[in-house]
Amino acid sequence: MQKHRVGIYPLRKPMSDPRLSTHLAETTPCPPARETGRAAQTASSASPALSHPGEADLLARVRDGDHLAFAQIYSLHKRRIYSLCLRMVGNVSEAEDLTQEAFLQLHRKIASFRGDSAFSTWLHRLTINVVLMNLRKKGLSLLSMDEAMEPAPQGTPGRSFGALDLTLTGSIDRMALERAVKDLPAGYRIVFVLHDIEGYGHPEIASMLDCSIGNSKSQLHKARLKLRDALRSCSRKEARR
Amino acid sequence: MTEDTKCLNPKSLTCDQFQTRLPELIGSEENLTAHPHLHQCPICGALLADLVSITQAAHMLFPIAEPSESVWVQIESAIEEEKGCLDPEDEEK
Repeated sequence: MQKHRVGIYPLRKPMSDPRLSTHLAETTPCPPARETGRAAQTASSASPALSHPGEADLLARVRDGDHLAFAQIYSLHKRRIYSLCLRMVGNVSEAEDLTQEAFLQLHRKIASFRGDSAFSTWLHRLTINVVLMNLRKKGLSLLSMDEAMEPAPQGTPGRSFGALDLTLTGSIDRMALERAVKDLPAGYRIVFVLHDIEGYGHPEIASMLDCSIGNSKSQLHKARLKLRDALRSCSRKEARR
Repeated sequence: MTEDTKCLNPKSLTCDQFQTRLPELIGSEENLTAHPHLHQCPICGALLADLVSITQAAHMLFPIAEPSESVWVQIESAIEEEKGCLDPEDEEK
C-alpha cells in the first residue's frame, strides 16, 4: 500500500470554526445528470475543477500536510461521500467504514489530483472505487453470471399479472422503494444506484465495473424489475390489511 | 419478409420480444409511449409505466445523511498511525 508522509499539525474536530462552516457550507447535491453522469455535470460547471469557494487553497494546504485543511475538506464532503457509500452498500456500519477508507485514500492520494476534473467528481469516483474494491474483496461478484444470466424476476414480468389494477400507478412509497433497493443483490443495487440515483451513464458504469455497456443496461433493467416486484408485493400486503 | 426483419418490426413484436428489447429502448432517445406495441398491449404499457415511475422515484431516494462523529475520530487515528509507521524518527522524539 502506498503511503505518504503526513505533516504534523494539531488534530482538531473538523469545521470547529463557525466562520468556516458558514463560508464553506456543504451544498445540496446536484440533481442527477442522467446519461451524462453527475460527475460530468459537475465538471462542466463554471469553475472546472473546484466545487466550493476556497477549496483550491484548502487542497493546496492538504497537499502540504495541513491537517486542519484536511479536516475542513472532510467537513465539506463527508455527508455526500457517506450518503454515496450508504446507497451503495445499504448498511450504516459498512458505509461508515467505507467513508473512513475513502478519506484515508484521499489523504494518501491527494497529490495525484491535478485538477483535470472537479475535485468533487474525483473524490466521488475515488469513493466508488473504494466501495467496489471492498465488495470484490468480500467475494461479491458485482456482475455475477448467476445474476446476469438468471431469468427476469418471475419469468416474464409484464405478464405475471393479468389485471391492471396491480400497477404501481405512479404512487410509489419512498420508504418501501428504499427498502427494496437495500434488499437488491449487490450487483443489481450497484448499477441501479450508479445509474438511477447518482446519474452515471452506462458507458461510465461499464468502465467502473469492467463489463460491457449491454451488461450494464441488462443489470439495470433486471434491478428495476426486481424493485417493481418488491413494490407490488408490498402493495398487495397493504391491500390485505 | 425474413424472420429477422419480422422480429424488428415494432408492430409485430410479441410481448416477449418487446420486453427483451426494453433495456435498450428505455435508455434510448426513442419516445416509448408512442411505440406501436404499446398501442395494442396495455400490459406492456403498465410495465413500462411502472419502470418509469421507479426511475423517477429513484431521484428522491436516500436523502443526504450525516456520518457519526466516530468516523472522523477513526480517520485521525489512522492518519496518526500511518505517520508513526512512516516516520519512526518522530516516534523517538
